[in-house]
Amino acid sequence: MCGIAGLIHKGKSTNVGGEMQDMLQSLKHRGPDSTGFALYGDNDSKNYILRFKVGENVKEGSSAKNEDSKVYEKRKDDVNSEITKVGAEIIEEKRITPYSFRYVIKTKDDLLEIAQKIESVEMTEILSLGRSLELVKDIGDASVVAKQYGLSNFNGTHGIGHTRMATESGVDIRSAHPFWGYPFSDVSVVHNGQLTNYWNTRRALENLGMRFMSTCDSELIAVYIANKIRKGVELEEAMKSSLEDLDGVFTYLVATKDKLGMAKDHMAAKPMVLYESDDLVALASEEVAIRSLLPHEIDTYDPYEGEVKVWQA
Amino acid sequence: MAGIKKSEHKSYGMGLHDEVLTGRTQQTFFNSEEAENFFYHDAFDVDFNKRATIDAEKLQCKELNKKIKELIKQGYGTIVLKNPGAKHSLGVGILQKLNLIVEGSLGYFGVGSIDGPVVRISGRVGWSCAENMMSGKVVIEKNAGSCFGAAIRGGDLICKGSVGARSGIDMKGGTIIIGGDAGAFTGFMMQRGRIVICGDVGANLGDSLYDGTIFVGGKIKSLGADAVETEMTDLDVDWLKRKLKVAEIDRKIDFSKMTKIVSGKKLWNYDNLEPSERKGAI
Repeated sequence: MCGIAGLIHKGKSTNVGGEMQDMLQSLKHRGPDSTGFALYGDNDSKNYILRFKVGENVKEGSSAKNEDSKVYEKRKDDVNSEITKVGAEIIEEKRITPYSFRYVIKTKDDLLEIAQKIESVEMTEILSLGRSLELVKDIGDASVVAKQYGLSNFNGTHGIGHTRMATESGVDIRSAHPFWGYPFSDVSVVHNGQLTNYWNTRRALENLGMRFMSTCDSELIAVYIANKIRKGVELEEAMKSSLEDLDGVFTYLVATKDKLGMAKDHMAAKPMVLYESDDLVALASEEVAIRSLLPHEIDTYDPYEGEVKVWQA
Repeated sequence: MAGIKKSEHKSYGMGLHDEVLTGRTQQTFFNSEEAENFFYHDAFDVDFNKRATIDAEKLQCKELNKKIKELIKQGYGTIVLKNPGAKHSLGVGILQKLNLIVEGSLGYFGVGSIDGPVVRISGRVGWSCAENMMSGKVVIEKNAGSCFGAAIRGGDLICKGSVGARSGIDMKGGTIIIGGDAGAFTGFMMQRGRIVICGDVGANLGDSLYDGTIFVGGKIKSLGADAVETEMTDLDVDWLKRKLKVAEIDRKIDFSKMTKIVSGKKLWNYDNLEPSERKGAI
């Protein structure tokens, strides 16, 4: 089933971490396996924030294989070495869980080389690399993940999130949403639905040099959008063309440094409820998630089939 | 069942009366000679002037529905539900006369499987509102989600705003009235009844329609398989005028210019079926 949610404050910064946590916790019944947040914070915009993992969460319910946690330290050292090798500088280094890290790094704007180097380290995956994006995902509900990663007081303008019920791939962080639009700064995607032309489209994108980390069909949307951005296509146009190129039933959200977008397939088979006011846009698979932010009576509606919308922070 | 002895019923021959049923499955047999069988089990006489209010803010769906049933049992004929907060499955399974006033919005599956009550909702409803409704009237002041009135068999379901996709999917009777626009696949596999859309409607209207009628006041994006346009009659116009007045739809509509959609009967054709098969299919 899965639940997705997003919000964007127009022209102001607030506790989006706490807000997204409330929204996603309200959608727990749609996906109890894992929860993910893509939050857009108030960074100084000079340096990049790197979120990465060097292993999987192997707690009960996970489909990941168990590893000796000692390997995490070795992999982290290897990542540090790779970052230095490409001429980047680690400004700040923080271990969040035994297997996941948050770094602040100084690097050049073309992120492909550094991303490739970091991911050349065994079992290492970049969750996000951007100037304002911080992407966090793990096994458990929104409260568990937010507490584990200290997201309850995260300040920013917008965010998207996902509660996952694993269907076509494993219960692990690798298959959890959101997905980063590798290798582009600050692009993230969450999705509810099924893509039926996954393998054909994936092979076509791989032939163009795009990278996939999981077999989760939702990752395809992130890679598809990233490929369009690589070609210089505007976000809204990329999303519109996805409605023609991707087959299946889906509703997805995309966020960039200053934008939030939603797209719904031609069958409108997956839910999305939208609330829009002068200073806030909130949307979710179910209205209860929006009500966790706005308990009073509000006007909401379901976007129609084939609809694409983009909002500016 | 006149003229057939009890023991001659096919069900006796099949051993259904002797079989010990376990688990949740139970079978209740209808006997027209027993007056109480004309009423649903637990359908109570209520006084519409007896009014009660429930604050839903801190109650879960199950507690709320139980509370409604308790009040009905006590004879309350008018129940006001405050602060529903878009919670799911509220007001479901009400199988008798009742005035239910919802001050706010409902989530998914609101007032599903009802038979008889008059429901007024001041806010919005989520997916599958009034699914499987048998009779009664539901009026929603704002918008509705997808699968609005899925598989209803009777009653009037009215949304004054716009609705999502697949409204009236699989409906087998009754009337759905939409004051605004409707999404794709409206009336998908509809088998009987009427849908009125005052505004525009999305793609594949009436796709795989078996029977029934759809009236559209605005633009139609596209018709679905086997849905065809036919001429409006004076009878249609009269019916629409009366029905929309009762439905309290304020929108000014030239009824004679509405588009009437029916089944082309190329895909599914009941006319080829024997009456008994036809009944079974519906």
